[in-house]
Amino acid sequence: MFRRSEQDKRPQVQIFVDGVAVAARQGDTVSAALLASGVDARRSTAVSGAPRLPYCMMGVCFDCLVTIDGVGNRQGCLVPVAEGMQVEIQKGKREIGK
Amino acid sequence: MTVAPKREDYDVVVIGAGPAGLAAASTSADAGLSTLLLDENVGPGGQVFRAISSTPVTDRNQLGADYWVGADLVQSLRASNAEVIQRATVWSLDRNLEIAVSIGGASAFVKAKRVILATGALERPFPIPGWTLPGVMTAGAAQTMLKSSALVPDGRTVIAGQGPLLWLLAAQILRLGGRIDRILDTTERGNYFAALPHAFAFLTSPYFTKGLSMMREVKAKVQVVSGVTELAASGDGQLASVSYVAGGKRETIPADLLLLHQGVVPNVNLAMAAGVEHRWDDLQLCWSPVLDASGMSSVTGIAIAGDGAGIGGANAAVVRGRIAARAAVEALAPAAAAKLAPMAALRTELAKAERGRVFLDTLFRPSPQFRIPSGDTIVCRCEEVTAKDVLESVAIGATGPNQLKAYRRTGMGPCQGRLCGLTVTELMAQARGKTPQEIGYYRLRAPVKPITLAELAAVPKTEDDVKAVVRG
Repeated sequence: MFRRSEQDKRPQVQIFVDGVAVAARQGDTVSAALLASGVDARRSTAVSGAPRLPYCMMGVCFDCLVTIDGVGNRQGCLVPVAEGMQVEIQKGKREIGK
Repeated sequence: MTVAPKREDYDVVVIGAGPAGLAAASTSADAGLSTLLLDENVGPGGQVFRAISSTPVTDRNQLGADYWVGADLVQSLRASNAEVIQRATVWSLDRNLEIAVSIGGASAFVKAKRVILATGALERPFPIPGWTLPGVMTAGAAQTMLKSSALVPDGRTVIAGQGPLLWLLAAQILRLGGRIDRILDTTERGNYFAALPHAFAFLTSPYFTKGLSMMREVKAKVQVVSGVTELAASGDGQLASVSYVAGGKRETIPADLLLLHQGVVPNVNLAMAAGVEHRWDDLQLCWSPVLDASGMSSVTGIAIAGDGAGIGGANAAVVRGRIAARAAVEALAPAAAAKLAPMAALRTELAKAERGRVFLDTLFRPSPQFRIPSGDTIVCRCEEVTAKDVLESVAIGATGPNQLKAYRRTGMGPCQGRLCGLTVTELMAQARGKTPQEIGYYRLRAPVKPITLAELAAVPKTEDDVKAVVRG
């Protein structure tokens, strides 16, 4: 859906999406890294389970909700990636304890 | 790295580091007022100057001269004594000017003598059939990715809607080598005639020549369909096609990405939760705060600057930020106000920046069918409530957006009405034969962004706080 422009010379950062290594760039938000990676990053909604991807990328729509380093319901579009970050695609409601 | 505010009290707290907030914070700090700037994003710039200090897009022509203006504003801020905290989410502001802010998972409280809200705008909801499908995003979302991560659309891409941002985004995508298959222009034909009386002011505004050359640049490379009167996205769990009607003819085209845009509206949540009075703006079709000439709201001590004060664009936002900061300086340190630009000069500058706005507002006023959906089209994305659901609730007695919460939970999901509020107001107004002003809006309350109970529970408590809730 998206690809990186060749002029992007930022250093790589490795994150893990559902345990699989994904190459991101320093300064990417989690949502941008997911959309650039080509992995199926569709979450499913808490109400009907419908698949969703980020819609606004600016912190207002909450369609980018994702589990980051064990904490659920994080807004992926507001959190920058960090080396070794563990991202889980959130299916349905946030689980208790996450 | 997360840093809590250094003090508990400030002369001025500015919320939002877009054009208005950057200008306000540096003006206030330069005049010697203790100033705190809180911003939710990773770096300063807001949406217009998104990633201004970190963008990987190094060819300056690609993002355009208007973008790089932001670098000067950030430089002025850095040269000032303002304390700046990024990734700081303000979740409460009250009439006593007490602010609760979440930073790195912990909340801090600060008190201000003056608050300048510069929370900007968000894109108007675009509730068409299929707008919740993966692969449908806002144009602003694509622009955010382009600016902050140099990402461009790669698959079959359709851009639909209207307004200056749509053309700017299209030009930027093309300059970075991205793909656009078709642009579907939804500008209503009648709007051209309605806007004509306001054309002179626009012709003399700086936006005119820039806008025209950008449209020419895009139209040379992309097929543009104008007069689009219907629009729908479809696919099974993922966008597969976009169908539209133009000139009475329906067409369906395959698509991987649909970018929607029909203008921006003030981001009202924090201001409304603080009790600031808002009125329905019948031209801009949104809620705008009631403000005096210095941006002061109905709540003493709270001023609003930038697009949150009513849409005016980035240039106007900068001047509004300076005006609000100057008013704060006049009130708190009158002697220091003498060295700032005189208020009269700022107001002249603002009038110049706002020139042509009525023309744009009239020309790009979105059509009713793209604002007020029907049938199974989702209105509230969080709670997945359709237009039909809303109308059925009206039929059995829901009188306005607040009653509708009890019927359908609209606006009660995590986005707190940001993506459905305007639609619900207009839909209910139409169904009940009332004006949006009469129908009203959701009653917004803190926390205006979700925070965890654990974070609330960890908030520092005084002995009196504990006594107030403990038995015995």
